[in-house]
Amino acid sequence: MMACVVRISVTDCGRWMELFTQQVLAGIATGGIYALMALAIVMIYQAIHHLNFAQGEMGMFSAFVAWQLLLWGAPYWLAFIATVALSFVAGVLIERIVFRPLRRAPVFSHLVVFVALFAIVNSLAGFIWDFTIKPFPSPFGTTPLFGAGLIGAHQAGMLVVIALVLAALFLFLRATRLGLALRAAAANPESARLVGVRVGWMMALGWGLASAIGAVAGMMIAPIVFLEPNMMLSVLLYGFAGAVLGGLASPGGAVLGGFLVGVLENLAATYVPVVGSELKLPIALLLIVVVLVLRPYGLFGRKPVERV
Amino acid sequence: MRCAPWRRIWFAASATAMVVLAPHAVADDLPGVSDTIIRIGNISPYSGPASAYSQIGKTIEAYVDKINAEGGVNGRTIELLSYDDGYSPPKTLEQARKLVERDDALLIFASLGTPTNSAIHDYLNGKGVPQLFVATGASKWGDPKNHPWTMAWQPVYRTEAGIYARHVLENRPDGKIAVLYQNDDYGRDYLEGLRAGLGDRADSMIVAALPYETTDPTIDSQIINLKASGADIFVNVATPKFAAQAIRKAAEIGWRPMHILNSVSQSVGAVLVPAGLDAAKGIISAAYLKDSSDPQWAEDEEMAAWHGFMDDYYPQGDRNSNLTVYGYAVTKTLQHVLEAAGDDLSRENVMKVAASMENVRVPMLLPGITMTTSATDFFPLQDMQLMRFDGERWQLFGDIISE
Repeated sequence: MMACVVRISVTDCGRWMELFTQQVLAGIATGGIYALMALAIVMIYQAIHHLNFAQGEMGMFSAFVAWQLLLWGAPYWLAFIATVALSFVAGVLIERIVFRPLRRAPVFSHLVVFVALFAIVNSLAGFIWDFTIKPFPSPFGTTPLFGAGLIGAHQAGMLVVIALVLAALFLFLRATRLGLALRAAAANPESARLVGVRVGWMMALGWGLASAIGAVAGMMIAPIVFLEPNMMLSVLLYGFAGAVLGGLASPGGAVLGGFLVGVLENLAATYVPVVGSELKLPIALLLIVVVLVLRPYGLFGRKPVERV
Repeated sequence: MRCAPWRRIWFAASATAMVVLAPHAVADDLPGVSDTIIRIGNISPYSGPASAYSQIGKTIEAYVDKINAEGGVNGRTIELLSYDDGYSPPKTLEQARKLVERDDALLIFASLGTPTNSAIHDYLNGKGVPQLFVATGASKWGDPKNHPWTMAWQPVYRTEAGIYARHVLENRPDGKIAVLYQNDDYGRDYLEGLRAGLGDRADSMIVAALPYETTDPTIDSQIINLKASGADIFVNVATPKFAAQAIRKAAEIGWRPMHILNSVSQSVGAVLVPAGLDAAKGIISAAYLKDSSDPQWAEDEEMAAWHGFMDDYYPQGDRNSNLTVYGYAVTKTLQHVLEAAGDDLSRENVMKVAASMENVRVPMLLPGITMTTSATDFFPLQDMQLMRFDGERWQLFGDIISE
């Protein structure tokens, strides 16, 4: 608005507003990608209190599975549901087979396995489906909404999906016994075990849910960035940033964090003179660091309280 | 250090034995050449993210089989050793060392990729081993003063950008240009070529040039800003994924400039189909090879010969990809150089012959395009023809343009 005041003519002002609106909307659309990824990250964090580096690659692999099902002639929503279900099972299996034996191993062992999982899933997808980009269909169509193409139908549909996943996750973690048990198992395994929570299975459930959300993310992101094995590499980084900005314990905060990263990045590229377009990501991350210095647990995170 | 006499004798004897027993030694002691064979090395990404390009390496192998089946070059069989580097520069260096020091190859031919060839650039020039006809479009391969053992083949990015600049100056001299480019050597090479081609008009005509990083999830923000710059010409210097995103986004926000697409991303199947054929309609690009899917070459003799080669030697190869055409034409060029070198197959003479091509034509180049090199010009191909996408396939138009 300030810029309008200093600008000379009314048409200039209109053009400025149009560019600003477009950049904010494009930022929200891209931010939606980060928000979905951030939700999967929050889910896994709630279950195991680690960040899973392979989260993005698992989502990518799920999207390829959906693509393959569609290629074999499955209707979209059937492929969608089958993929989410398969991903859930795969997540549970990964926890049972790979991480259960490592339960008491130091955190660095987990780190190495996350990285290995990342590399394995990425190469496997490249080996099976090769590295050329593939168009991935959107259930919401591709026509731009609102005439001028301010935001696409797919992006709008994705925002609805984010809202649904967010609501489901919120209700699950806050209002169901299973959700409470899952949080208890992660926060204090010993006490949880004493009150009858099966901690091991709670972790497996967390893995399953995280990989199911990752599958939804993959299928929503692929129509925008095209399907290929490396499509999640940078999305994961932005998703981490969004989740940490919003607070790793808060699904709502993570979603908001994702949107903020998307919008900040676009505005930095557009309005920071000279270096804006080259350094848009560093500028956005710098702002995040500033926020975290002021609020170490994220915008919506709470300081963990422990009774000694 | 002192040596007992018997020890000295033993050394001398074993040295002689090694010379005699060395598997490929010849009278002239030329590396990689005997009376019956010529050993050529190649490094291609058969695995990893760039493995789609390995079709070039596979076509080269198939065409070498054909040369050998037809009697070889001047009576010598070509022994091609093609190694995988997974598009990883340290691995490229390892394979190049293997080819030079263990396999004793005469030269390294058509190795693929800019970062990968950069990793062996100094090594091969230090050793005096030809790095011939590299399969990359960076400008640095044609620098005979500092790297006399390295030669380009395809028109380099700067040349191509200069050709687009000429087209713009001739057809839209008052146009305003917006550029999207990848923020690395490849993108900047194009941008510099465009600026050089526009000359003193560059600053007034280029109203916006925005970079993207390969780690950017989308380039939507850049496209919105490029449209807002008011440009009516869009030069799209992006690799396939980002080029396709740019084509789709521009159409989505209703931006319809004269759209110039760099040749890196002109594949119909891998870029224009994912982007949407309607959105891609009217895009301009440049070519120097015949497109095997273009019906105008249906009766063409060279095209028929190429199809014959694909039938007999590489039946599983993708005929709709220009990579198989590329591999064929670049190996024809190698064949020409080896034949012209005759029996003097020293590394020096091979480079000398490669650097004295005069209007040499190999099959599958567009009619009118030839290769010329000299001691100071290490860029064999410098001509291209423009083409426009009609919603289904590329249509060539206008004359052959030199930069």
